[in-house]
Amino acid sequence: MDEVEKKRIVWRSRRGLLELDIQLERFVRDVLPGFSDTEWLAYSQMLLLSDNDLLDYLNGKVPCPDQSLVPMIERVRAQR
Amino acid sequence: MSVPVRKFDAVIVGAGGAGLRAALQLSEAGLKTAVLSKVFPTRSHTVAAQGGISASLGNVQEDKWEWHMYDTVKGSDWLGDQDAIEFMCRQAPEVVVELEHFGMPFDRLENGKIYQRPFGGHMAEFGKTPVQRACAAADRTGHAMLHTLYQRNVRANTQFFVEWMALDLIRDADGDVIGVTALEMETGETYVLHAKAVLFATGGAGRIYSASTNAFINTGDGLGMTVRAGIPLEDMEFWQFHPTGVAGAGVLITEGVRGEGGILLNANGERFMERYAPNAKDLASRDVVSRAMALEILEGRGCGKEKDHVLLKLDHLGPEIINHRLPGIREIAIKFAGVDPIKDPIPVVPTTHYMMGGIPANYKGEVVAPQGDNPEVRVNGFYAAGECACASVHGANRLGTNSLLDLVVFGKSAGNSMIEFIRNERKDWKPLPENAADFSLARLARLENQTDGEEVADVRNAMQKCVQLRAGVFRNDENLAKGVAEIKEIAERAKRTQIKDKSKVWNTARTEALELENLIEVAVATLISAEARKESRGAHAQDDHPERHDDEWMKHTLYDGQNRTLSYKPVHTQPLSVEYIAPQKRVY
Repeated sequence: MDEVEKKRIVWRSRRGLLELDIQLERFVRDVLPGFSDTEWLAYSQMLLLSDNDLLDYLNGKVPCPDQSLVPMIERVRAQR
Repeated sequence: MSVPVRKFDAVIVGAGGAGLRAALQLSEAGLKTAVLSKVFPTRSHTVAAQGGISASLGNVQEDKWEWHMYDTVKGSDWLGDQDAIEFMCRQAPEVVVELEHFGMPFDRLENGKIYQRPFGGHMAEFGKTPVQRACAAADRTGHAMLHTLYQRNVRANTQFFVEWMALDLIRDADGDVIGVTALEMETGETYVLHAKAVLFATGGAGRIYSASTNAFINTGDGLGMTVRAGIPLEDMEFWQFHPTGVAGAGVLITEGVRGEGGILLNANGERFMERYAPNAKDLASRDVVSRAMALEILEGRGCGKEKDHVLLKLDHLGPEIINHRLPGIREIAIKFAGVDPIKDPIPVVPTTHYMMGGIPANYKGEVVAPQGDNPEVRVNGFYAAGECACASVHGANRLGTNSLLDLVVFGKSAGNSMIEFIRNERKDWKPLPENAADFSLARLARLENQTDGEEVADVRNAMQKCVQLRAGVFRNDENLAKGVAEIKEIAERAKRTQIKDKSKVWNTARTEALELENLIEVAVATLISAEARKESRGAHAQDDHPERHDDEWMKHTLYDGQNRTLSYKPVHTQPLSVEYIAPQKRVY
């Protein structure tokens, strides 16, 4: 994945909800730099979720029905 | 230097509820409409609105728009313009039913009508008894509204410029607004969007505070552009707060935590609410608790290294109650405060969540500015709606669920005004001045070439700390005066920010530097406006002037950002069709 695409993904971590902004900002700063291309892609797929759904999944309020997104959601959740 | 130009009938900056509602009106009227947004439209901060949207539909109990109007005037502490408030409350049932027809999934009664729930401050018979007026789509009303309006706009062929940041307003020699300059993040190119009419629907600016519930995108871009274009800002001293936000993060901790027995402690471990409210203690009203917290911090009894917060202790409730009666709180505390409330107290501070002031507008969505003796002369071609605008329906304090209503009522109204203006007064584009983009290009060049400057994050932190401490919940003469001096110095530092990343595309550092230039205008406006208002009204609680003074202060503040001076204009006391609601004491 080229640098331009990665920078686009970083910007798309800006959301409509503060709770997401804070969690994703930390994740982008601490975890994303070490990602493989496959992981960057998985993360960008997760960003396609709507804000309220993503927050519910990250809070563990409801499970994410899309199994392909679950591992990345769990990684963001595990991040403190 | 010339930049590419694109022409539209209407350009809308911001794709939240207000921008999308206006765009729909314009596109459905067949006008070529562009909507710019820093983020994908359905990720605008409107998604954060949970409570609902108020309208006197009377589906559950008898209700009248006149009662809704009374609640709004009272909520505004008599600073709201009564023509605009009447307009909004009368329009409410129609715009809500319209949303329903657009396909918005409202909660329903068994008879199929929209369900309405009770909400603080919603009363029948002019403040006598509670009434169920809030329409909601579960706890996702804002989200449902955005998705519904976005789909309709796609169908109506609205052109979206997603991940574009507007930079500046373009005004011609007559002072008319004829477009904006904007930056396409994907290419880093600057464009001129030439328009017959421009609407700002850029939302709030809560990020001027260190503790705010606002998303990171809420940087007051429309307000910054307005100030730079020589147009004043109205009533910027009025911000709504919530007592318990996680310190450093701003994320809300529900008041239910204190309801269940959570208590507030200062650095000495003292349960300080016993001093401020001997009976209600930690369960005193929002403003009392917020003020007490702010005072403890100001007087040096704050906790932590910076002594900048107090503690919300709930470990004594035991894991049973914390886990079962306060679901989600443990998760929030661990995630955003780094503490497990079963063992340790949560660091908290009052947190900002809504800006009552903004770009001066009337109920038609037209931006109005003083000229000669007339405080409200229309700025041709310029419109504003939603949180960035000051219509003014919220006055000194906003009533719950009136924010979503504001978006659709004034988004639609501004859209209609723009259609009328374009069809009757601005049939063709006014010529673009040669140097239309020069101002924005110079700002970008300054940032590009700055040496020996400061980091954006450092200046932003200094600004947020200052605004939080000086123009937060607790305000007095001395503190506000200090704040004015401090923020002016910080504004000088903001002129010399420097970025390391000079790349063209997706340069988030540059975007954040540009956002800071908008935030700082809002921060200075807030401090200067607040320092001057020597009374307490609505959300502006001034400890040295604890009473409301209608004779002297029932007037709107206008902040001129170019000269950093203030002027005032009268509140509109004449509603459109009903009797004036005269000031009374605001007690609930």
